[in-house]
This record gives sequence, C-alpha cells and structure tokens, in this order.
Amino acid sequence: MNKPHAPFILMLEEVNKNFEGYKAISNLTFYMDEGELRVIIGPNGAGKSTMLDLITGRTKPDNGRIEFGKDTDLTRLNEYQINRLGIGRKFQTPSVYIDHTVSENIWLSLKGTRAVWRTLFARVSPGERDRIQDVLKTVGLSKKAEWKAGALSHGQKQWLEIGMLLAQDPKLLLVDEPAAGMTDEETHKTGDLLLSLEGKHSIVVIEHDMTFVRQLARKVTVLHQGTVLCEGSVDKVQNDDRVIEVYLGKKRKRK
Amino acid sequence: METGRIVFHSKPQPGLKHMQRADFKKFENWGVVLAAAILLVALPYLNAFTPESSFLHVSNFTINLYGKYLCYAILAISVDLLWGYVGLLSLGQALYFSLGGYMMGMYLMRMIGDLGQYHKAIPDFLVFLGWTTLPTFWKPFSSLPFALMMACLLPGLLALLFGFLAFRSRIRGVYFSILTQALTYGACLLFFRNSLLLGGNNGFTDFKFILGYDLRSPTTQRALYIATVVALLMVYGVCRWLNTTKFGLVQRAIRDSENRVLFSGYAAGNYKLFAYVIAALIASLGGILYVPQVGIINPSEMAPDKSLEAVVWVAVGGRGTLIGPVLGALIVNALKSWATRAYPDMWLMFLGALFVLVTLFMPKGLVGLASQLRAVKERVLRKRQSVNKEMPPAEMPPATAAENNLAK
Repeated sequence: MNKPHAPFILMLEEVNKNFEGYKAISNLTFYMDEGELRVIIGPNGAGKSTMLDLITGRTKPDNGRIEFGKDTDLTRLNEYQINRLGIGRKFQTPSVYIDHTVSENIWLSLKGTRAVWRTLFARVSPGERDRIQDVLKTVGLSKKAEWKAGALSHGQKQWLEIGMLLAQDPKLLLVDEPAAGMTDEETHKTGDLLLSLEGKHSIVVIEHDMTFVRQLARKVTVLHQGTVLCEGSVDKVQNDDRVIEVYLGKKRKRK
Repeated sequence: METGRIVFHSKPQPGLKHMQRADFKKFENWGVVLAAAILLVALPYLNAFTPESSFLHVSNFTINLYGKYLCYAILAISVDLLWGYVGLLSLGQALYFSLGGYMMGMYLMRMIGDLGQYHKAIPDFLVFLGWTTLPTFWKPFSSLPFALMMACLLPGLLALLFGFLAFRSRIRGVYFSILTQALTYGACLLFFRNSLLLGGNNGFTDFKFILGYDLRSPTTQRALYIATVVALLMVYGVCRWLNTTKFGLVQRAIRDSENRVLFSGYAAGNYKLFAYVIAALIASLGGILYVPQVGIINPSEMAPDKSLEAVVWVAVGGRGTLIGPVLGALIVNALKSWATRAYPDMWLMFLGALFVLVTLFMPKGLVGLASQLRAVKERVLRKRQSVNKEMPPAEMPPATAAENNLAK
C-alpha cells in the first residue's frame, strides 16, 4: 500500500492485541478508502470480531495506530464517542430493542443529541418522522412500523438493526455477519440492501457465506491468525494457495 | 403509513403479547382511579365520620397500617424503576428509604423538646452519652423544611457518588447487585455506632409532635396517611410520565440491549445514573412518610434483608409495571402481618417459598397472571381447533390467532 493517496476513511497500522497470552490480533495493517464496500473473511478465530471491537472502542489495542478519517485517533475514545464520530456497528446476533416498536427503534437511533435532560422533553419532530419513514422504506419494514421489534422474524430484526445504523447516518458502517441465520432469499435481499448503500457510506462487511461474498463481489480481505493474509477480488482470493490452505487445510492433509 | 404520521403507542400492535398489553393499559387506568378513590377518599372518610360501632368503620389501626404499607409501596416503585425499567437489580434501596427516614427522625427528635425521660432540651440518647448541649449538626433539624431538604440531599448525593463510581467502572449485573447490598450493610454497621450520634442501635423513637400536632392523635395520623397516598400517586404519575418520554425509551433500551445503546452514541452510564438518583429520591420520600407513622427508625431498617424483601414485593406484584410493585408491597405485607402473628417462626419460610414460586411459575407476577391464564386458554383453544380442522397450529401466526379469538 502506498501512503500518498486520497484520505483513508479507516486505517489500522501494526495493531496488536493479546488476550492473556493469546494473540488475537498481530501486526494488523488495514486501509480502507472512503465510499468503499469491503468484505472481510477468515476462519473462526481469525480476529474478525476482535478487529471490530478495536475499531469501535470495545477493547483497546496493546499498541499500534487506529485512525478514522483525517487523523482521528480512535484508541483514546470509548464506544459512544466513537459512534458519535460516525461509526456504526451491527452486531452478529441481532440486537434491537425488543420491547419498543420498530419506529421507536429507529427514532432512538436517529442522529441528534444524546444528552439525558434533552431526552426528557424530546418529541418526534416532523423531520424525524420523515426520516423514520425513509429508513423503514430502505430496509423494507414500512408495514411493520408499529410492530414490537420482538415480534419480528430473525431476518427482519437483522434489517431493523441495519436500519438503526442507517438512521445514525454514519460515515462508516461495520456489519458483522449480516446474513447469519437468514434464508437464501433473505440473504440475497440483504446483499442488495448493502450494495444499494455503497458510495453513500463506507461499509465493512464480515461474512462467512461465500455465495453472499460473491454477490457483493467487492474487494475482499482475508484475515488469518489476527493478521491480513491476502487482499483482492473474490476470484483472486479464492484461488490464492495460502487462502485455500487456511480454509481447506484439513482436506489437503487427508489426501 | 397513509396518515403520514408515525404513531407511538396509541395503535394496537399486532402480536398476541401486545393485544394483552393494550387491554392491560385500560385495566390499569381504571384500576388506578378506583384505588385512588378508595385510598384517598373512602378510607379516611369511613375512619373519620362513621361511628366505631358501624361495620363500615375503618379503625385508626387500619389507617395507620395502610399508611405503612403505602410507604413500602413507594419503596417498591423505586426498586422497580431500576430493576423493571433499567435492568439494574439494586439490593440496597432500603438504604435510601432509611436515610430519608433518619432525616425525618432527626426533626421529630427535636420536636420532643424536654418531654423525654431525662427532661432535658436534647434527645435522651445524647444525655445518656454524656452530652449536655446539642451537637452542631443537629441544630438545623428543628426546622422541618431543612430536614426535608436534607432528606433529598443526603440520599441524592450518596446515590450520585455511588452511581457515578459504579457506572463509570461499568459495573453490571450481579456485581452491581452485590455492591448495593454491601453499601446498605456498610451503612447499617455505621449507624449502629453510638459515636455517629444518631441513636446507635436504638435509633430514634418516642416521637411526640410534628409541626405542633400531636403524633398520637388519629387526626394527625389520618393526615399523614393522606399525605402518603398523595405522595404515592405523585410518584406513580412521575414514573408513568418518565416512561412515556424518550428518556423512558432509552431506559428500557438499556435493559434490553445495553450494547446497542452504547454503540448508538448514548452514554448509557449517565442514563443509569439519572435513574438511580431518581429512584433513591423516591425511596427517601417513602422513608420520610414512614417514620412519623411507624414511630421508630433504627439501623435494622438498613439491614440487607430489608432491601431483599422489597425485591420480593416487586417480583410478586410484577416487575416492569408500575402497579405491580404497589400491589406486591400491599399483598406481601398484609400476608406478613398475618403470618407473623399466626406462625411467627415460619414467616421467612413463607417469604422464601413465595419468591421461589413466583419466579418459577409467575415470571410476570400478579399483574401478568391474567395474560398468563389467557395464553393458556389460547393454547387450549388452538389445540382444539387444530384437532377439529386438522390445521397445524404452527402455520398460524400468533397475531391471526388472537384476532380470530377476539372476533368470536
């Protein structure tokens, strides 16, 4: 990677993270352009989710640099401060507010003040109402606006959570296995949804499902043992010997 | 949406659970109005204006007893505001109740004047400890407004400090519960000490006057009872309003998915802190009204088991609702009054068994019992339907099932 370049939206340089002797992330270096849709794959324990934890402030790196946009050091900030900069994260298991309606879920996620005393007297403004409808339309939940989120199906909850991220209007979206537990049809719809957001937001998608990765068909980063193994198009990555060994190593030994 | 409006809360939502919730809301509104009328008007009226021989007469003893129960109900709401709405199980709310009680007690001690056993101008226990003049920090407590102000400040500031430290360190779940329990136990041990000059293990008692009125007169007790009902209604109203605000939504969001809240840019700790301080003030209000009606306050009120009992009231009544804790406090305490007389040694067994049974079989408490029974009925009906029409129940979404049954 060459440094003189349009500003990266996200940059990790020589990041390390140990969990009591276990090297979860080792010398990880990762750059991402603004507006890019990037897919990260890797076997279990490759450090994919830890990487998101490091970016979003859930855990702190032992050393290394993590920067957002133009020189914003993320390692000093906590989760909500990082979120306020414009980094939204979707969790692997859908985490929505099950006791609230779908529109309330979106309302709570809309960009705006987060101060306690302001929430005591906040009302839904007409502008917010429109925004809620827009977001619900984007994720295909308009008809479910007044449903309790807990009554939604698994796939719909995943979409609602993506909608909650969109409501924050983040610059960078981190999406952890959005298709997990979805039917093929739902997976495909999710892929379309992510593709439609490309360009408007920078998006990192962590995924296991290779059909889904093919559908997104963007630049793929392969993580292995906490570091980048290989980067490139889906085809390039799938034909890379090291990647095959990491993913299919056991099969080879059997031969 | 055709109307172009986002409606919050007012539409019946699809899904079985939500139908029941809408029903419950209606029931709750009428229940509250009825209960307020009985507690606020009927009972005091029957106490004051019917002859003692009449079967309608409500005795002074009953009024006093209900006043006490309603103070507990205020404490129960404070527990539920945290446990049921923020997901914070505080096992130390009785501490704030007692602190409010102690501040009120200090005022009442000053109002005894020189009518104590030693006929000195200072409280008896101070005479007993060898004091001849009043310690400086006792002096302003001759004023009720000052005592009330302190009853807000002391629990409020303690909750602010403890909450700030706990939530800043992200102490959650069972660790938070244990810390709150330790806090109340620590305070209990501190208040047992005579050197604190707050009456040691005897605490305060033998109160005589409040604002110049005789505390032992039925009229004064009735007024205190009415004040308690009004306070409870106010607490209920404030909490209910709080739950309709965006703050209320964030509160319950923290309960259901704290990570989502944090990763949505909310400083969840600040929201918890706010709720924790409000709950402490509510508990303190209960304590302020409790002491003049019960006539005694001592450190055993801060003992860990007092806070645990309050949790049982909430569990029995139904956590996450506002009438649940009130019902729970009234019913469990009525049961306690009866059981401690009929089977004095068995009360704790009863309480424990009650908690276990409610947790196992009535997770939503008394308030949720109706919907629980209805769910059983639905299941039976659906089973019968599927047998009759050979329609597999799995293909029927719960919303349609509920609608069908309503249409019948």
